[in-house]
Amino acid sequence: MSLLFDSADRSQTARAYEDLVTGVTSWSLWGMLGWHDIRKRYRRSVLGPFWLTLSMAVLVASLGLIYGSLFRFELHNYLPFLALGLAIWSFIAAVLNEGGQSFLEFESLIKHVRMPLSVHVLRIVWRNLIILAHNAVIFAVMALWLGLWPGAAGLLVLPGLALLVTNAVWVALLLGIACARFRDVQPIAASVVQLLFFVTPVMWKPELMAERQWLILLNPIHYLIEVVRAPLLGETLPLSDWGVAVLITIAGWSLTFATYVRFRKRIAYWL
Amino acid sequence: MAAIHLDQVSVDFVVYQGSGRSLKKTLLHSSTSGIIRHDAQHRIQVHALDRVSLRLEHGDRLGLIGGNGAGKTTLLRAMAGVYEPTTGRIRVAGQVTPLFDLSIGFDGDATGYDNIRMRAAYLGVSRQEIEGKMDEIAAFTELGGHLDLPVRTYSAGMMLRLAFGAATAIDAEILLMDEWIAVSDAQFLEKAERRAEEFVGRASILVMASHVESVLRRLCNKLLWLENGRVVMMGPLEEVLAAYHAATGTGDMARKRGSPSLTEQPAMPS
Repeated sequence: MSLLFDSADRSQTARAYEDLVTGVTSWSLWGMLGWHDIRKRYRRSVLGPFWLTLSMAVLVASLGLIYGSLFRFELHNYLPFLALGLAIWSFIAAVLNEGGQSFLEFESLIKHVRMPLSVHVLRIVWRNLIILAHNAVIFAVMALWLGLWPGAAGLLVLPGLALLVTNAVWVALLLGIACARFRDVQPIAASVVQLLFFVTPVMWKPELMAERQWLILLNPIHYLIEVVRAPLLGETLPLSDWGVAVLITIAGWSLTFATYVRFRKRIAYWL
Repeated sequence: MAAIHLDQVSVDFVVYQGSGRSLKKTLLHSSTSGIIRHDAQHRIQVHALDRVSLRLEHGDRLGLIGGNGAGKTTLLRAMAGVYEPTTGRIRVAGQVTPLFDLSIGFDGDATGYDNIRMRAAYLGVSRQEIEGKMDEIAAFTELGGHLDLPVRTYSAGMMLRLAFGAATAIDAEILLMDEWIAVSDAQFLEKAERRAEEFVGRASILVMASHVESVLRRLCNKLLWLENGRVVMMGPLEEVLAAYHAATGTGDMARKRGSPSLTEQPAMPS
């Protein structure tokens, strides 16, 4: 027999683990569905997903000019910093905002056919990763134009991105579970996102915080942005910052996995 | 061989209503005294399935009957692996094709072809298999060039043709249906009926919930009568049907007296 579903042949832990593994290996499924979501959103527009790029470019240009003057930054320095920061930030914000919808959005599907629940989470992270790639074009063009070249150290962006995405998945999964059970988590998450934008160094540089720089060090988002942004800007990130990013990943996944083991089975019941 | 085994399967829902859906209120109440928490949570347990046991093997065609809320849909979803049982054990061997909603996963902005592909992907049908069947589906639906247009431009009848054609194209090993798929389009009817019956005939096991007696008689050889999540009776079709009629006061005798019959929605002519 090719396929077997037995509700009692393994523990909930094994089942949650299996769900995550088969979810990740079904990349052709969520890959296709994520692309589909993007195409659908921009189907009737001329520029397609490059509308995102365009609107982000306008945002970077206007914020760059205003805040660059406010903070008295040199633009050739500040603009690439801002372009990267905003692109990464909008990925993080989208994961925080849409992650809660991971299961609610696909309710009819989840109630209809058995598939790893993590597929829905990966679909959401993947479609926002596609958007991040579109937004990254702005930085790429800017880097070419300004002649920025991070050198071989720029390759550190790959582990950085891996850390960012790995964290995005647990955040979306955890929020998805919470929102399936508690319907008021979504608005709470939305207001937290707004707050985070102002307290995270996206528009301003950490150096500006003269006295209370340690406040930034308490912000986990800061590390996840830095591991992607710093390598591309040719800056060396202290090893301790990498360490913190790895610790956040481990802690977050431990919490999420424990929650998933406990509640995975109930998610379909809650919808 | 395809098989479905249920052993003392229960599915219990906790109905969260009002403040039970709110994290804020749940947190606030958990810090107050036990009595208040008990009152404030308003938790109601629903036993949607209560210790259901059954075994189905190759060739079984099981019809589910029972009133509204008897647990027919929950049982189908449990067999589909959507609801993992609260207690008890379900074993399903074989590729399950659930067909609870014809237009599952349909997206108004995607083209007809894309919707067929997406649907196949959701059901775990491989890309090659569905591409190989595409021409046949297109021919059956008679939608021609419309298949390249977004389905939101379709009429209700066209939508149904597409959904029906896509749903019945694949080979189901274990087929789970919530109500018989009915088509009201007069021109399409005969062709659709034939196709649906062939589709069901290819399946190794069929489980179908229906209120329509003629459909059950035609397609099933066993019946399971559910009431309040419990199995009242399971066995050969005629036997269970007779007992069901006797208990509910419906069926042939009742129909002659003009009271409401089991065939409350004649979805198709018998």
